[in-house]
Amino acid sequence: MTKWLSISDVKEKIVATSAEEVTASYLETIEKSSINGYTCISDGALDAAKMVDKGEVAGPLAGVPIAIKDNISTKGLATTCSSKILEGYVPPYDAHVIERLKAAGAVIIGKTNMDEFAMGTSTESSCYGVTLNPWDHERVPGGSSGGSAAVVAAGEAPISLGSDTGGSVRCPAAFCGVVGLKPTYGAVSRYGLISYANSLEQIGPMATCVEDIAAVMDVIGGYDARDSTSIDKKIDHQAALVDDVKGLKIGVPDEYFGEGVDTGTEKAVWDAINKFEEMGASWEKVSMPNTKYALAAYYTIAMSEASSNLARFDGTRYGPRSDGENWHVMASRTRAENFGKEVQRRILLGTYALSAGYQDKYYLKALQVRTLVKQDFERAFANFDVLMAPTMPLPAFKIGEKVEDPLSQYLTDVNTVPMNLAGVPCISVPCGSSDGLPVGLQIIGNHFDEATLIRTAYSFEKNTDHNKARPGEVA
Amino acid sequence: MITKDEVEHVGWLCRIEIDDAEAEDYAVKLSSVLDYFGQLDEVDTEGVEPTYHVADIMNVFREDVVTPSLDQKDVLTNTAEEKDGYIKAPRII
Repeated sequence: MTKWLSISDVKEKIVATSAEEVTASYLETIEKSSINGYTCISDGALDAAKMVDKGEVAGPLAGVPIAIKDNISTKGLATTCSSKILEGYVPPYDAHVIERLKAAGAVIIGKTNMDEFAMGTSTESSCYGVTLNPWDHERVPGGSSGGSAAVVAAGEAPISLGSDTGGSVRCPAAFCGVVGLKPTYGAVSRYGLISYANSLEQIGPMATCVEDIAAVMDVIGGYDARDSTSIDKKIDHQAALVDDVKGLKIGVPDEYFGEGVDTGTEKAVWDAINKFEEMGASWEKVSMPNTKYALAAYYTIAMSEASSNLARFDGTRYGPRSDGENWHVMASRTRAENFGKEVQRRILLGTYALSAGYQDKYYLKALQVRTLVKQDFERAFANFDVLMAPTMPLPAFKIGEKVEDPLSQYLTDVNTVPMNLAGVPCISVPCGSSDGLPVGLQIIGNHFDEATLIRTAYSFEKNTDHNKARPGEVA
Repeated sequence: MITKDEVEHVGWLCRIEIDDAEAEDYAVKLSSVLDYFGQLDEVDTEGVEPTYHVADIMNVFREDVVTPSLDQKDVLTNTAEEKDGYIKAPRII
């Protein structure tokens, strides 16, 4: 049985035993797991670990197992976006982040469960069924990177990768009591990430501590010409692991503590902000007036982009193919039979929002509101180093509770989508509990200022005990 | 508000076959989301430029140089039907 191990714990264990033994012990834990966090396990994991033992592979993550969200392409390892429409698809190439991880010696242990095509906040829309929250098996792990958060929380991998389009790394990190980072848009190459809403999403790491987040970012971050939105800017994340927030100016946006925020969550977040004050930082309230329109703008843009990005899944190049007398009928049936309901809804809505007569009313309007949301952040960062808010307005909800009414689930993303619209980096760190369930503190930084974000999160972790809390079965 | 007929039309545009009963259900569920989107109408966006993209970059060019790409054989492994090195699909027209 593996426990919560940090990268440095794993490295110590490798020295004491071997990389093969460490990977084998994780595989054993996964074998006994009841949370359904993985969609498939890599046959090559033990061989990759053996290569580390033989000294054929070295690097900053040598022998460290990592779990990968099922929408990130892994050569020779099934990648399905937890959708029937990619059943049997095995990518012929690695995503940029996977190339980097392999070069750094990391062991890809398996692929993790997610909401189908990353569309959701609960992992319930996966074609493999929901992943259980390790803290309470009757509750969702959050989404869409639910598997990636749950396997780290359950000690089934020390670190993982997720992707964050509107909160999909931060939400499950908060619900499962782990750390999750969404980098600045353009900081991590999206080459090989199967697109849902490409102008919003970034790949981001999840781990049990901030130190490990920095270590993974130093491996996966940086310029890649194959992603035309990749930005050539060097960030040294590990150099920012400094326990010092003296003089840090924190903005607390009123709008993120609005109606519907759970009392226990609000208390945990305020306790955290007060703790920062004790540690030498100062805070002040700030108003970000366009926040209330961010959710509608986000969903309009995300669905519009999805309707275009998901057009490629038509039974022609990959995935199952239904019968039909011509291509149009074949494609229409393939898509009807193999996309889940939530994905179909979003494609339909996105197509509608982009269709003749509605484009200006919905899509263009949403893009203009996006500008206003972005300007809210620009104004705030003129006065503050970081912003703080609850990651999620509530702790993990019950499985099935929000399935019937899609809008009720969309509303839970209210505190996470504005950052994707603006492209700013943000991190969720554990900051206590509400009714025995983990609460995430969201720290938001300015474009490419991951260093301040990491320093702030690291200082909090060093001066509190919140990240020492474990789900019962892992303890 | 989106009607059942509109749902069927949009379904055709995005190539998703929808039967009668489903169209009814979609009309209800999609309408509630569209109502919610409607709140964007309240915002004064006169003269505001749209943000398609947050990165401050435009027209990313590269040299027109041939570089190795994926092997044809590897690319074709995932298709339902293949013939003579091509992907075979039902007729379109």
